[in-house]
Amino acid sequence: MIAIDLIRSTAETLMDKAAIEIPDDYLDGLKATAAEEDGDLSSFVLQAMLENYEVAKEDRRAMCGDTGCPRWFVKMGNEARVEGGPIALEEALRRATAEATNGVPLRPNRVHPLWRTDHNNNVGIGAPEIEYGFEPGGDWIDLITVHKGGLFGTDYRMLFPSDGIEGIKRFYLDSLAAFGKRGLACQPAIIGIGLGGSKDTCMVLGKRAACLRTVGDRNPDPKIAELELEFTEIGNSIGMGPMGFVGKSMVIDCHIEVGYCHTGGMQMSVHAFCLSSRRACARVWGDGRVEYRTDPDWFTPYQRRETVDWPETAVAAE
Amino acid sequence: MVRKIRLSTTPTPQALAELKLGDIVYLDGLMYTAREGVYMRALEEQANIPMELPSESAANFHCSPAATINPDGSFTLGAVTATASFRFAKWIGEWFAKSGAKLVIGKGGMSPETYREHFVPNGAIYLTTVGYGTGALLGRGVENVEAVHWADELGMAQAMWVLKCNQMGPFIVASDLAGNCLFERENKKTAPSLSAAYQGTRPATMKRYGETDDRTDEVI
Repeated sequence: MIAIDLIRSTAETLMDKAAIEIPDDYLDGLKATAAEEDGDLSSFVLQAMLENYEVAKEDRRAMCGDTGCPRWFVKMGNEARVEGGPIALEEALRRATAEATNGVPLRPNRVHPLWRTDHNNNVGIGAPEIEYGFEPGGDWIDLITVHKGGLFGTDYRMLFPSDGIEGIKRFYLDSLAAFGKRGLACQPAIIGIGLGGSKDTCMVLGKRAACLRTVGDRNPDPKIAELELEFTEIGNSIGMGPMGFVGKSMVIDCHIEVGYCHTGGMQMSVHAFCLSSRRACARVWGDGRVEYRTDPDWFTPYQRRETVDWPETAVAAE
Repeated sequence: MVRKIRLSTTPTPQALAELKLGDIVYLDGLMYTAREGVYMRALEEQANIPMELPSESAANFHCSPAATINPDGSFTLGAVTATASFRFAKWIGEWFAKSGAKLVIGKGGMSPETYREHFVPNGAIYLTTVGYGTGALLGRGVENVEAVHWADELGMAQAMWVLKCNQMGPFIVASDLAGNCLFERENKKTAPSLSAAYQGTRPATMKRYGETDDRTDEVI
């Protein structure tokens, strides 16, 4: 049984880490990009960002004043049991979000869309979002928080098989340029692309591709992996850098996730995670252990499975 | 190389005249946050602005900080980051008339038309934040939270925060007194390489209604 108090205290720590500590994979990627950048203003911006990460850690101050929309991804091992069940789990995550908003502090961003009601704690109807995944085996629960910006850098389009790779490339460039101008996407960013599914799941795939995979990670399908590298390169060749200034630092990495779609369509979504790439994860075990990490490791073979059953579980159960 | 300059939040016309597009600026003095909430309350509801403008501050920051009001009335301020300014174009002319602002600070600048119509006649310039997410750096530049006005009426994110700045920055000069626009200049420079990247791509088979203003257009 996984203790509910441990889940709540771990979740609070994760809110703090996500807001303050830049993940190593993104930092290394940005440093490599900064070393290549030769635009005057673009270079200045990247250096200021690097300095900002240091100051955030020194002062234990959030990297960015705009908290974005804090959300949770929860993954449970098949053997995991949470004290109090899923209702207690959701309460713990909502409480941790509220507590951290005042504790770090974070900006109370979440308001009612019409009445603009603000509880000053980033909690409200549907906020924070909590999404679930499951994994064979394991008496553990993975808690992952992502604080992604909420306004710019994301778009969706219904494409068709006849649009082909040329059409995918076009919409990718449209999205980069639309939100890259003046730097609204807060680039250079990890770009996530969702292909297929249906409209809502396509958006989910793209968002998760941007937020739940680390810099350098490649899709296991070699042709998709190749596309990811090609799209990273294309993104950095449009002549645009941070804030839309002349430069070549636009995309730190590009991740593509696919889902089976209607035979007539080829849905596409594009998502830009921001310069602060705020994500933090921990695995909480039934025996009380907690392991913190920055790689969500969301897209396991199980999450990408194509089969009806999962043969490995059948073997393990014997 | 970029030029770094310290500037008062109640700047003289001479100091503003010296600033060039792309200069890096660090601010000293009082600044206040004002975004849609403050604009609506001050301009549409005609509420009295609770500070002396522009004598106390001529610097309008499009921002809401990550901060807490403590039970004893004091403030804990963390990171400070701007929000995108283009959304506030409809209020900015009237705000200049009422506030006498000389510096508008935010994210991403405003349109060249807004600069020509409203900034130039008022002798004002636009400073953009950097990144956009040097929230910790800017937070360090705030020496003190002097006051928070209208927190009850507007909520913390929309309230009017009065911040005392000490070498707060960096900011980048994104419009000058003549109304020149840094982002317009950069967009023109990136256009050719962007066009080159589009070579060999194809527009989407299905058009979106609304991509054209021609309502008789046979969109499919």
